[in-house]
Amino acid sequence: MGLFRSIASKVRQGLEKTREVFVASVRSLLLGKRLDEGLILQLERRLIEADVGVKTTARWIDSIRADFKAGRIDSGDHVLAYLKGELKRLWPEQDRELASAPRGPTVILVTGVNGAGKTTSIAKLCSALRKGGKSVVLGACDTFRAGAVRQLEVWSERLGVEVVKGQQGGDPAAVAFDACAAARARHADVLILDTAGRLHTQDSLMRQLTKIRSVVAKQIAGGPHEVLLVLDATLGQNALRQAEEFTRAAGVTGIFLAKLDGTAKGGVVVAIKEATNIPVKFIGVGETPDDIQPFDPEAFVEAMFAE
Amino acid sequence: MFDRLSDAFHGLFRTLSGKGAISEANVRGAMGGVRAALLDADVHLNVVDTFTQRVLDDALGMKVVEGVEPGQQIVKIVHDRLVELLGGTPETGGATPGGPALASDHIPRMTPGPTVVMLCGLQGSGKTTTAGKLAAHLKKRGRSVMLAAADLQRPAAVEQLEIVAQHVRDEAPGSARVEFYAEKDRVAEYGKAVNVAVGVCRRAVDQARKLGVDTVVLDTAGRLHVNDALMAELKQVQGLVQPHLVLLVVDAMTGQDALHSAKAFHAALGIDGVILTKFDSDTRGGAALSVKHVTGAPIRFIGTGERLDAIEEFHAPRIAGRILGMGDVVSLVEKAQEQVSQEEAERLNEKLARGQMTMDDFLGQLKTLRRMGPMKQLLGLLPGVGSMLKDVHIEDRQLDKVEGMINSMTKEERRNPAILNMSRKRRIAAGSATRPDEVGQMVRQFEAVSTLARRMSSMSASEKVRAAREMGRQGDAMLPGLRGMPGYASRGSTHTTSVKDRFKKRKR
Repeated sequence: MGLFRSIASKVRQGLEKTREVFVASVRSLLLGKRLDEGLILQLERRLIEADVGVKTTARWIDSIRADFKAGRIDSGDHVLAYLKGELKRLWPEQDRELASAPRGPTVILVTGVNGAGKTTSIAKLCSALRKGGKSVVLGACDTFRAGAVRQLEVWSERLGVEVVKGQQGGDPAAVAFDACAAARARHADVLILDTAGRLHTQDSLMRQLTKIRSVVAKQIAGGPHEVLLVLDATLGQNALRQAEEFTRAAGVTGIFLAKLDGTAKGGVVVAIKEATNIPVKFIGVGETPDDIQPFDPEAFVEAMFAE
Repeated sequence: MFDRLSDAFHGLFRTLSGKGAISEANVRGAMGGVRAALLDADVHLNVVDTFTQRVLDDALGMKVVEGVEPGQQIVKIVHDRLVELLGGTPETGGATPGGPALASDHIPRMTPGPTVVMLCGLQGSGKTTTAGKLAAHLKKRGRSVMLAAADLQRPAAVEQLEIVAQHVRDEAPGSARVEFYAEKDRVAEYGKAVNVAVGVCRRAVDQARKLGVDTVVLDTAGRLHVNDALMAELKQVQGLVQPHLVLLVVDAMTGQDALHSAKAFHAALGIDGVILTKFDSDTRGGAALSVKHVTGAPIRFIGTGERLDAIEEFHAPRIAGRILGMGDVVSLVEKAQEQVSQEEAERLNEKLARGQMTMDDFLGQLKTLRRMGPMKQLLGLLPGVGSMLKDVHIEDRQLDKVEGMINSMTKEERRNPAILNMSRKRRIAAGSATRPDEVGQMVRQFEAVSTLARRMSSMSASEKVRAAREMGRQGDAMLPGLRGMPGYASRGSTHTTSVKDRFKKRKR
């Protein structure tokens, strides 16, 4: 869609302060330092503490250590460049764009476990799309959790978009059906479907997700064009299992990494990218609808070394 | 959960149990694997290092006890250290295995009332759902409760709690009162209602006192531990309302950051306990260990599902047992006791012994079993089974099929399955959307089970175990979909003694 590029710089201003902290701490750990075994061990700890996972950390550290011993690198600057390169290779630019339909509404299906931050993330997406001049319809397919529809409604009132809803306790696939019809009838540019939080271990709920997906596919050609998995940045290695199971059930195409404004680093997305090839597309960095950013591997590396 | 962690420990014990004496080198080697497994299970790095160091010290300083295999001694060390890490010594910890019901320990009742419980935590950790579960838990124990909506910033959070309160009122067992308190006109957008919650909480507690409610649960807004303004708000609430219990709600799937957020909440409020949510996921749950380590506060409850009754009291020794693949037979028995009365159990036993079990009894048992929770979760409580189950998909739908088949039988057929001919099987299959051969298979399994049950009723305990194991080996498991479940005593049997002892103690 390209649209997120244009707003990126604006959002970035809001994060200048955070970035300074990141950069400063990267500097203090790596830049200008002579590389030695002590620094490598420190780096290893930081990576593990960022939830990157034992496997990926070991691979990176082994490679850095090998290069160091072979005399190919000898400073912290080299290490930083290596890590940035690794991440950039993991997430090439085109991977991070939001998919869009050639004609008709683009359907974005938003999924995730309970409490991941789906509804808030949808509000953010919606706000960004609206700023880019897109018309948006929301589908409230979370018919299970008490107050979920109301939560989305409050957002829709604040953001001035229409929301299609069904009965509390009703069939979410039916709501998806109605929402598709509404989006088509109103010639909306984008339809965002909110779904109920579900643990990836609940087989019946995962099947329900598959059903929602196939209802959408029948209603709108090529839909859903984007299936976003909202992941809480505080998650540990279990996020990998979530990515696998949600992909199996609904064909996840991208990750919305939410709640990256705390001390959590969300490093598990690295393990996810390696294991499943699912890219991160957006990050959520606050509670207001403007707190959304396109994913930036470079900033991500820097954030990983923040204290 | 904890499955892969169990695997790692199994690995460690396999390495050690083969060796007569324990050398520093082989213990160190094995601990390396355990360290990686703990990290993979999201236990915080610092905690892992402390833990492995302690186990190593204990193991190396260990006096070899005559007649006890060194491997087993290490098992005990790891187990004890794990229990310690989770909160409590093996004998007295958090919950004494043989001790009394724990309701009073987990939410102590204060006089004069009301008892005030404040829930706090990060966004999305599950505070509102947990508030409802706590209310149901208290209601069941005859304690009236008020749910107070102190989350004024998440859209519709107040409505959510109101609906939850209504559910507790209508659906949760018990007859105690359930009140709801909110000030809907004070709801505001994020960041605009800071400190308003303070007044709301105070008035809620005043109201509860007037109404004579036993316990008030304050459902506060989710917040980041680095948001100073919101953390200050919580401190104000605490200062003014003086809650008896400040409980931190933590997502069991949290990674390394669990340590930082728990530390910050603890520093600000001095938390009295932790509730771990989403425990029914397949997380390995290292967060539990990290949080306990930095706060020192006991883990009081775990949330195990979406239903109101999906909350359990936390028992450190039991969870340590799960980690080590020792199973959690005590929890299983408790779950069963909640569902089946003593008389009913005896009546059924009698029938079993005389070989008079009918399909109706079987259906009844199946339904009871399912009320206890998902099959996979139940089987995971059996010693040695947890780690084998991690890749097995047990579909509760298979059980739906069996229920459907029995429901499609006539009364006569249920009493006497021998009369089932092909035409009857076809009818049953059509009625239950199954195939005639599936009906036949189900009936054969039912007969095998009832024969076994009759035989077993005259056996000694050890013969029973052997018979059950034999049955598992034949791959002739009770239900379709559970085919090939290994006999449960075949693994981890060296550790079962302590579980058995605890079990016996309980019975006394």
